[in-house]
Amino acid sequence: MPAGSRQTRSFIERTAAVLVDALERAFYAEEVAHEPGFLQRLDPRIKLLGILALMITVVAVRSLKVIAGLFLVALIIAVLSHVPLRSLLKRVWVAVLLFTGVIALPALFTTPGRIAGRLPALGWTITAQGLTSAGFLVARAETAATLCVLLILTTPWAQVLKALRVLKAPVVLVTILGMTYRYLFLLLETARDMFESRRSRLVGKLNGSERRRVAASSAGVLMSKSFDLSSEVYSAMLSRGFHGEVYALDEFESRPFDWIMLGACALVIAAAFWLGG
Amino acid sequence: MSVAEPAVFELRDVTYRYHQVKALDCLCLAIRPGSRVALLGANGSGKSTLLRILDGLCFPQEGSVWFCGQPLSEETLARDGFGFRRRVGLVFQNPDVQLFSPTVFDELAFGPLQLRWPTAEIRRRVSETLDLMEIAHLRDRSPHHLSMGEKKRVALASILVLDPEILLLDEPTAALDPKSESHMIDFRVRAKGGAKTIVTATHDLDIAEDIADTCCVFQEGRVAAEGPPSQILSNVPLLEQTSLLHSHLHTHKSGAVHAHPHLHRHEH
Repeated sequence: MPAGSRQTRSFIERTAAVLVDALERAFYAEEVAHEPGFLQRLDPRIKLLGILALMITVVAVRSLKVIAGLFLVALIIAVLSHVPLRSLLKRVWVAVLLFTGVIALPALFTTPGRIAGRLPALGWTITAQGLTSAGFLVARAETAATLCVLLILTTPWAQVLKALRVLKAPVVLVTILGMTYRYLFLLLETARDMFESRRSRLVGKLNGSERRRVAASSAGVLMSKSFDLSSEVYSAMLSRGFHGEVYALDEFESRPFDWIMLGACALVIAAAFWLGG
Repeated sequence: MSVAEPAVFELRDVTYRYHQVKALDCLCLAIRPGSRVALLGANGSGKSTLLRILDGLCFPQEGSVWFCGQPLSEETLARDGFGFRRRVGLVFQNPDVQLFSPTVFDELAFGPLQLRWPTAEIRRRVSETLDLMEIAHLRDRSPHHLSMGEKKRVALASILVLDPEILLLDEPTAALDPKSESHMIDFRVRAKGGAKTIVTATHDLDIAEDIADTCCVFQEGRVAAEGPPSQILSNVPLLEQTSLLHSHLHTHKSGAVHAHPHLHRHEH
């Protein structure tokens, strides 16, 4: 296969693969949410409150050991909730480490303080204070992201939205979030189908400008379809009585187990602030 | 036809254009209460536009539309939109545009909530409708996880939950597998004895006799012919002229290959 052809195909194939991957992740998340695990048994409102409070604690405490302890708590919850650690490693920990690592890296060299070492070859000095600052940033981001992903993986999106409504998030905001999530999938599927159909008809190689034209026309078609879709969805809402205000029906039942777990969460948070506040 | 009984919908010289293209052209049509009307026509003949006008989603540039003896316009809908929406329901051709809620339950509850029904009544009606449409097992599923047949049933259920007097259906059997298609037809055959007025836009001639007692054949935004299904479906020149019937090569069980215009049933 000529190199140019390989490049052309890889551009389209890569795009289709990313779209398929996004869809598969969502299906995977729904599967985990229906596992009979610890977090899955909790009332979504309690779960949302507890995890939000833990995330705030992670950001607020001033001890690396306490943050490490909270990370351990998140790991135990993940295991009890049947969330595979390998999936967390691939999708959360590595990605967050790379992202926050780039942000934290300059702090190693620019934060004034006691010299802890030198970078081989370049000879740049690394300070102890710089290491601590970078450590805090990475540890906080990793722990908070893990908690957040645990919430998303163990709760069907519909229940997250309902829990937000119960917790007095504005109905319009929650409805927009719900519809965005819903139609994101439809547009992802449409985009995937477009790229796959284009790939099935592609023979020979495209040069750079042709590839850009393909990408631009695909984006244009997708945007046009999304405009049509939004107009149709609005009509469908009008047809069923929508007149600018959104109303919602909420139905949750909490059990003693939920309140006990909320109490346990409050104890963990109190201990975290006592030890590292 | 009783003179005292007003038409549920009456269109007088209705013209509707998309930019310069006429979708409906001086259309005159009356739909009687309790009737089951099939709007037959090829793609682009104006059927879907007509359904949108009947549902008060768009309004003609020329002519007038009457609903139960009252003019149907933006002004009248602004005054009593709730009453109209309570009585008329439209099932869209593409169920994805109609299924925008996080779960099937929420989808069915959307209409009643907008019409401010009491909560207990909403729960009862939604449960009943889920059972009626045999989709109770999909209650907590997200619509984007459903098959096309399931989406169509949920879309229909989301309208039926409002118990509308007039049901407008846009290509209800399009893109369905045979089992899902027969389920949709069964529903409308069962509805025969009810008081509902059902208007179905379709180009599927196979189902016309099952779902309608009156057929209106559309061509270029006008009604080319109107009558009982048996009369319309036997008029081969009319069906060919309106692109509802065409000749194509096919093979018989005997092995003979030939071409002529005909309707397909399950056997040939």
